[in-house]
Amino acid sequence: MTDRALVVVRAGALTTVQDEGRPGHAHLGVPRSGALDGPAAALVNRLVGNPRGAAVLETTVNGCALRPRSTVTVAVGGAPCPVTVNGRPAAWGAPVRVPAGALVEIGTAVSGVRGYVAVSGGIAVDPVLGSRSTDLLSGLGPPPLVDGTVLPLGAPSSVHARVDAAPQPSPPAELVLRVTLGPRDDWFTPAALHTFTSRVYRVSPAGNRIGLRTEGPALDRARPGELPSEGMVLGAVQVPPDGRPVVFLADHPTTGGYPVIAVVRPQDLPAAAQAAPGTPVRFLAVRRR
Amino acid sequence: MRALRVGDTALLVEVASGEEVQALQAELLRRRSEGTLSVGEIVPAARTVLLDGLTDPARLAAELTAADVPPAPPRARAAIEIPVRYDGPDLADVAAHWGVTEHEATRIHAGTEFTVAFCGFAPGFGYLTGLPRHYDVPRRATPRTAVPAGALALAGPYTGVYPRSSPGGWQLIGSTDAVLWDHARVPAALLSPGTRVRFVPAGRS
Repeated sequence: MTDRALVVVRAGALTTVQDEGRPGHAHLGVPRSGALDGPAAALVNRLVGNPRGAAVLETTVNGCALRPRSTVTVAVGGAPCPVTVNGRPAAWGAPVRVPAGALVEIGTAVSGVRGYVAVSGGIAVDPVLGSRSTDLLSGLGPPPLVDGTVLPLGAPSSVHARVDAAPQPSPPAELVLRVTLGPRDDWFTPAALHTFTSRVYRVSPAGNRIGLRTEGPALDRARPGELPSEGMVLGAVQVPPDGRPVVFLADHPTTGGYPVIAVVRPQDLPAAAQAAPGTPVRFLAVRRR
Repeated sequence: MRALRVGDTALLVEVASGEEVQALQAELLRRRSEGTLSVGEIVPAARTVLLDGLTDPARLAAELTAADVPPAPPRARAAIEIPVRYDGPDLADVAAHWGVTEHEATRIHAGTEFTVAFCGFAPGFGYLTGLPRHYDVPRRATPRTAVPAGALALAGPYTGVYPRSSPGGWQLIGSTDAVLWDHARVPAALLSPGTRVRFVPAGRS
């Protein structure tokens, strides 16, 4: 009998199971969660013949090491990094055959932050509210991997990927986030709005799956106090009392009381997920569609 | 009513009161169930309802601000009863703030019918309203680093029950063994927006 499972030999700094998340439950306080770099997760799934919504691993900076108990196909994408199978170099961004019991090592990212590892059949942990994603804000889904975690794998599809390798965008040297102002831009001074859309911020090391934090000039409020809690969207740029903008990512809280100065175009968020601490960030105001 | 654009596909609709939030949410849910509104999320909050995942937010904004929203229809379902012990460490402070004895404070709280105004903070955490405004209480000056699951707590105009252990700044007045959130249960959340709730002191039911 084949044991379709994956043994985590080295979990890395923060490796979680992610799929397309669990949208539709925000009214119950449930974050959407899901892969931060959705296009990269979709691509590695395609490379191993998985459906788009199959669960993959999302690594953070220093990769992970895995040992499948049965022969599988693996693809690694997102942040570029070295990949080896039993110590021999293997392809990044392409399907790699891994024999049962072999050790796959996903190394430290050369650039970017989040790596994605798809395994044929997908990670088959039990779904919660229709998703296998780990939600670090509310603790739903499987906990972050630790050394020794054993993950069940699903049955591989009979469909083989038609691509051997695929181009992936490079992690950004400068992160340009297109924003539409509002809904609470009137809570800030005109000078703060000018600062926000013209000065350069930097990605703070304090960021996580909940939000991309920034360092840079503080944004002054035109009015004091707090808003009554209101619903928050993916990409909302919230400004806490320290005045430094925070861009909400997949595990963001569903409601919040700090004013949202602007909202980032969703198409720009995958690049935000790959922007390493120190990367310059510019918020570019664009007209609403 | 004022509809603010949020990004390209969402609207934040502001109204004047919690009652208007409930009315608007009921109307939006009705439109969604009859198929005249296509929307990903309807998220009520204190004075707003967020609609996310809209195809034509500008048109809906114009339409909603011109519309007459009927009051929320009365809920057919009876209030759910949550058994509680009024044994929280901040009960004395809350009673003092209200200017009543601890016994009287528990009588006031247990005698109130609450409604879940909205959810947030954590899966299954409901913000319950129902107490008159003069019973609003401040948050604790120093939040606790760990509030136990099942803690019954007050802050501002709201009552809430912590679904799981977490940091928190609310005033703790009691505790319950009720399971507020269980993702293996259908529905996972005991409380959802609009649910009516009564707290029943242990030993009385």
